[in-house]
Amino acid sequence: MRRSHGEGLKVLRDMNIAFASGKGGTGKTTVAVNLAYFLAYSQQQVQYLDCDVEEPNGHIFLKPEIHTRTPAMVMAPVIDRDKCTHCGECSKKCQFNALVTLPSNTLLFPELCHGCGLCVRICPEGAISEGVREIGFIEKGKAIRNIDFIHGILNIGEPMAGPVIREVKRRYQKEYIRIIDAPPGASCPVVKTIADADAVVMVTESTPFGFHDLQIAVSVAQNLGKPIGVVINRQNGEFPSLITYLLKNDLPVLMVVPEDIEIARCYSRGELIIKTLPLYIDQFMELVVNIRRLLGKTKCR
Amino acid sequence: MTHIKEMVIVSGKGGTGKTSLAGALSSLFRNKVIADCDVDAANLHLILQPEEVLRTKEFTGGKKAKIDPEHCTKCGTCREVCRYDAISEDFTIDPFSCEGCGACFFLCPTKAVDFSPRLAGYYYVCNTIDNGRFVFAELLPGEDNSGKLVAAVRNDAREEAMKAGVNFILIDGPPGIGCPVISSITGTHLAVVVTEPTPASIHDLKRIIELAHHFQIKAAVVVNKSDINPGYTSEIKQYCTEKDLFFLGEIPYETAITKAQKEAKTILDFAPECSASGAVREIYTKLQHILEET
Repeated sequence: MRRSHGEGLKVLRDMNIAFASGKGGTGKTTVAVNLAYFLAYSQQQVQYLDCDVEEPNGHIFLKPEIHTRTPAMVMAPVIDRDKCTHCGECSKKCQFNALVTLPSNTLLFPELCHGCGLCVRICPEGAISEGVREIGFIEKGKAIRNIDFIHGILNIGEPMAGPVIREVKRRYQKEYIRIIDAPPGASCPVVKTIADADAVVMVTESTPFGFHDLQIAVSVAQNLGKPIGVVINRQNGEFPSLITYLLKNDLPVLMVVPEDIEIARCYSRGELIIKTLPLYIDQFMELVVNIRRLLGKTKCR
Repeated sequence: MTHIKEMVIVSGKGGTGKTSLAGALSSLFRNKVIADCDVDAANLHLILQPEEVLRTKEFTGGKKAKIDPEHCTKCGTCREVCRYDAISEDFTIDPFSCEGCGACFFLCPTKAVDFSPRLAGYYYVCNTIDNGRFVFAELLPGEDNSGKLVAAVRNDAREEAMKAGVNFILIDGPPGIGCPVISSITGTHLAVVVTEPTPASIHDLKRIIELAHHFQIKAAVVVNKSDINPGYTSEIKQYCTEKDLFFLGEIPYETAITKAQKEAKTILDFAPECSASGAVREIYTKLQHILEET
């Protein structure tokens, strides 16, 4: 029985399963870390990647031992003061207002720079060269049940999560089942996180806020052509408009987790649900079966 | 002219109750303009139920590049200069990968790249039931430049405040600590951080407090669902004392808050007598004092 289950999990290998939501705090990380643990417990090689680099939380539950810490660098222009004539060409063309030319000075605002390198190429005096700047760091280690753990952390005051997310994703472990935790929202950091996902699991709650933001996040994933499934968390009472929407958009419900004060307590202690409350193991088994089905759909396309 | 004060509600971690608190506080503050700066996933309008939209404005974010196949000679310059791998081998640009830097546009030898601003969202100035002004936005799904849109929303809120002679703006902020959060908190007089007594929330609380310090913004803390884990609640209070932060109060776990949301009401309107409503009123009283002094 267990063996056939393990065989069935083969489909998940080398797949990117991303967890998104639109609204924050709906349970993305909770579902993602518990699924990672469940799969690792079922003898699978699992990698967990936390792409919520502004506020990463997966480590609280997976408790990794960090082995390496690498800075996340971006390109930052360096202006040669001797060569610069303050002609204004760079600041005129920089789309991010990262360069400002004054009559006798050219200023760089590094936080605004996207590292595109345009200024380096167009400076008529060759006065701009490429330097680097640290905007965050990546930590890698092993979590419980030998889960391969990666997260990115954006430095305080840095506005751009994108390059740190890119660094996290450069560390994909081949052949592993990759569980990718996305940030909340529906803008560029979410797009960067789910762009190469094989399936996107939307975690929502049956509230007006959760539902409203789910629709936005779903349209992001639909624009990217991703197979999408939905986890309804903290289910409490009827919420017909959500169900109507899911049916209309052909979005399968992968799992339903009831509102349960025991889960809230377990979460507030930084514990995994399936370890503390084993009655939920069946639900995670069902989630895996449904994700497998979702991935199956992709292959048929 | 009176000086306008701005107060922003943030959290670091999402889903801690920013918008529920913003909705409740909005009915207590008189003479204010309200701005929802969670432009990715705005929710406050679901509670405030604005009476009418007075003005709709288009938001054009950054520019995006597009290759005109008729003029393209497939020389490969654009692929070489693009740092974001946004240009495919057959010379089409993936709009989701394009950061809008313009390198391909400026460096294309045959000028085959179109580089024009595109619609990235809308923002709305509305009239609320109590005849106040409410500004909120919708960033189109997957767009970037959310920080710019936040700045546009805050600008309009300030304009509305000046027109109406109102000197207080209540801002509902986004989660996280990145671009839209920075844009929401800079220049405000007070950041109210809503947290929960869980390790994840506390972890994120500390990062948003650091961010507030980084931009020299005064911060105050509210613990929502405080009775879920009293141990962590006292840890948060301790942290506030150490960091010299205003501690505004605790809101107990209250199922009526979700029920109120389902009926599009604030907790104060839905269950005025519940302990959470009492807590919000106390927080409001403290805020008035703090705002007078800042």
